[in-house]
Amino acid sequence: MNKIREKKQLSETVFLMRVEAPLIARERKAGQFIILQLCEDFGERIPLTIADADPAAGTITLIFQAVGKTTKKLALMNAGEKIAALVGPLGTPTHIENFGTVVCVGGGIGVAPLHPIAQAMKAAGNKVIIIMGARNRELLILENEMRAIADELIICTDDGSVGRKCLVTEPLKELCEQDPKPDLAVAIGPPVMMKFCAETTRPYSVPTQVSLNTIMVDGTGMCGGCRVTVGDETKFVCVDGPEFDGHLVDFDNMINRLSSYKKQEAHSCKIGLEGDSQ
Amino acid sequence: MAIPAQEMPTQDPAERRSNMNEVALGYSPEQARAEALRCLQCKTAPCIAGCPVGIDIPGFIQAIADGDNKKAIDIIKIDSLLPAVCGRVCPQETQCQAPCTVGKVLKSVDKAVNIGRLERYVADWERENRLIEIPAIKPDTGKKVGIIGTGPAGLTVAADIRREGHDVTLFEAFHKPGGVMVYGIPEFRLPKAIVQQEIDALTAMGCELKTNFVIGRTRKIQDLLDEDGFDALFIGTGAGLPRFMNIEGENLVGVYSANEYLTRSNLMRAYDKQRADTPIFDSEKVAVLGGGNVAMDAARTAVRLGAKEVHLIYRRTEVEMPARVEEVHHAKEEGVIFHMLENPKRILSDEKGWVNGIECLRYELGEPDDSGRRRPIAIEGSEFEIDLDTVIVAIGNDSNPLIRQTTPGLETNKWGNIVADENGKSSIDRIYAGGDIVLGAATVILAMGEGRKAAAAMNEMLANI
Ligand SMILES: Cc1cc2nc3c(=O)[nH]c(=O)nc-3n(C[C@H](O)[C@H](O)[C@H](O)COP(=O)(O)OP(=O)(O)OC[C@H]3O[C@@H](n4cnc5c(N)ncnc54)[C@H](O)[C@@H]3O)c2cc1C
Ligand SMILES: Cc1cc2nc3c(=O)[nH]c(=O)nc-3n(C[C@H](O)[C@H](O)[C@H](O)COP(=O)(O)OP(=O)(O)OC[C@H]3O[C@@H](n4cnc5c(N)ncnc54)[C@H](O)[C@@H]3O)c2cc1C
Ligand code: SF4
Ligand code: SF4
Ligand code: FES
Repeated sequence: MNKIREKKQLSETVFLMRVEAPLIARERKAGQFIILQLCEDFGERIPLTIADADPAAGTITLIFQAVGKTTKKLALMNAGEKIAALVGPLGTPTHIENFGTVVCVGGGIGVAPLHPIAQAMKAAGNKVIIIMGARNRELLILENEMRAIADELIICTDDGSVGRKCLVTEPLKELCEQDPKPDLAVAIGPPVMMKFCAETTRPYSVPTQVSLNTIMVDGTGMCGGCRVTVGDETKFVCVDGPEFDGHLVDFDNMINRLSSYKKQEAHSCKIGLEGDSQ
Repeated sequence: MAIPAQEMPTQDPAERRSNMNEVALGYSPEQARAEALRCLQCKTAPCIAGCPVGIDIPGFIQAIADGDNKKAIDIIKIDSLLPAVCGRVCPQETQCQAPCTVGKVLKSVDKAVNIGRLERYVADWERENRLIEIPAIKPDTGKKVGIIGTGPAGLTVAADIRREGHDVTLFEAFHKPGGVMVYGIPEFRLPKAIVQQEIDALTAMGCELKTNFVIGRTRKIQDLLDEDGFDALFIGTGAGLPRFMNIEGENLVGVYSANEYLTRSNLMRAYDKQRADTPIFDSEKVAVLGGGNVAMDAARTAVRLGAKEVHLIYRRTEVEMPARVEEVHHAKEEGVIFHMLENPKRILSDEKGWVNGIECLRYELGEPDDSGRRRPIAIEGSEFEIDLDTVIVAIGNDSNPLIRQTTPGLETNKWGNIVADENGKSSIDRIYAGGDIVLGAATVILAMGEGRKAAAAMNEMLANI
């Protein structure tokens, strides 16, 4: 049982929760996630990125979008209540080093998992350029937190309500055309966005890391439900990832697999991660 | 020999196709007595050598024949801690029942004394009459043992070590303990209440259980020894890494590993569509690839989840199938369609990337291979297709690399299994291992047997530090 210490609503459908999990807070590294379950008898196990952690307070921060059954139930919980199960930290941590200039691209809720990575990249001495995208001003999250890290911050919205009116791929392309071009791009967001970010950087050979959000069950390499095709190989996102070389990921297959339970989940509302930013 | 082998009463095949209740219903007291009387009480007792843990089989059967069920279960428990489980899931026809004299004389292992069913009978009798006693615990030694994984291996070690008065903590990655007995083997073969009973006994003995705790991630092996004060550890993490065939189409929507399919249905209870949040495919036509217990469980689960057609595709013949004979028989009764000497070449899809069929090749048997079984050889040009919407790959499991990768110095073999000596000791001091993580995917009784050996060695080691 993990007690919710704090809850904040960041936008209409996005929530932040600070939850007690002392062991996870101590061990976790940027890029890792947890599996959460609201009821051990009938609840499903869903993955959420550890957006931040405070080892001294023994808490981790989760930022999630209420898109379906479990995330909507979670959104109804309040500080003081307890989450039945949190497992982690899972996944391979992000490889952090001083690459030089790193462009971090976050779309919609993807900004949440991007935050600890941007933070760690900055701490490792990189110049960090952040591109954040959302459908509109209301859906933009963590702007201040990202601004505090970034050497340069570019905001894009679909409707131009804040920042530039364009897709995140537009400033990304401009950065790739500069000399010197970025040494690394990290893109996290809806699968389509990551796919197009990878397509954008490919002609410029800018290495591009993406963080995949496949459907998971155990999160420890036991079921293979999270598998994706990367290059010619099958990889398990929960143990081999979640981060992969975006130029090698078969995004179309991954997007298909994400829709596996569309029929069964039809009852839950339509706002998916997919439609969120791009 | 005049008494016929007692048939196991079962749920009607037509009825059980749509429920998850146990298929085999268990002997009545009269049947158990009659079956027990079939045992010849052979002086040499060849059956004992067939049991991996060497249960005194004629001894416990005689007690049943004498009407002394309590004595029977006490005899079994000298060697086995999980009789209600093993009586149900042991591959008896290749173990204790294979060398049975009665079967030999009647020239069929099917006619051997039904040792497993008798074992199940007394274990159920004990449980249903609430006669299970919590073993006496020796005074506290102040020594602390950590057990990683709560499958049959881990549960056995926990019981044997706790009895000596050591402090025991069990770590389990999942939210429920029991290992494959809970996430893999379905309710209709092994009711979860039986496994829960074993867990309850351990907690009553004072073992501490930490679920949702992944060793290698939440805490590493070395941390448990160096920082958390554990004097010894047992690794019983099983063989939980699904193998795939590496054929075209294996990542399409609608292709499952048996692990995923069974976990969704058993552990996450997706079969209970009203209450469970975890979804599973509403399949019409399913193919299961493989011929072991895992494949049978997946096929029979698909039947129960409402599939209209379930095809089981295996590249050898029924004789070579590693599944228990009883399960094969039950699967057939439930309408699973068996395709022998066939093997998939690729999985086919519609334009949206969803499975819509499978292309197979026909096979024939050639010369024996390393395993002694005749090698299946593809027949050129024999391709044919089956229409499907779901494919379940059940061709086996390897060991999960998590602990291996996070524990420097832990020796493993080329399959990734932990190398342990005959006492279950690994290459690192104070760390023992057993069950599928050492043997590769094996059986419940072997995992239990290894656990007992390791526990004995650990108790001895702990007594000397
Ligand atoms: C490693 C990892 C980290 C993640 N981190 C976060 C995070 O920090 N914050 C966050 O909000 N979400 C994150 N996700 C996605 C999150 O797990 C899903 O949104 C969640 O599982 C949906 O569960 P649900 O029961 O609420 O919705 P469901 O009822 O299961 O589904 C609702 C809709 O969302 C789709 N969907 C289901 N699972 C996913 C998924 N994994 N990704 C995208 N769409 C999905 C379904 O197809 C359906 O259309 C992460 C996923 C992974 C794999
Ligand atoms: C579907 C299926 C059907 C089977 N049918 C039969 C049968 O009929 N008869 C038979 O004898 N055998 C059968 N088997 C095989 C039998 O179940 C196994 O041999 C046996 O369960 C192995 O026991 P174990 O204790 O080694 O590991 P497991 O039962 O695999 O348990 C290992 C446990 O460790 C946990 N774990 C793994 N890694 C970690 C970690 N890093 N940290 C914490 N916990 C961890 C796992 O979650 C799991 O709960 C079947 C297997 C399957 C999959
Ligand atoms: S434990 Fe298994 S092999 Fe041994 S006697 Fe019982 S059923 Fe037979
Ligand atoms: S071999 Fe068969 S008949 Fe002989 S003692 Fe064992 S069970 Fe009885
Ligand atoms: S979630 Fe099961 S293997 Fe990755």
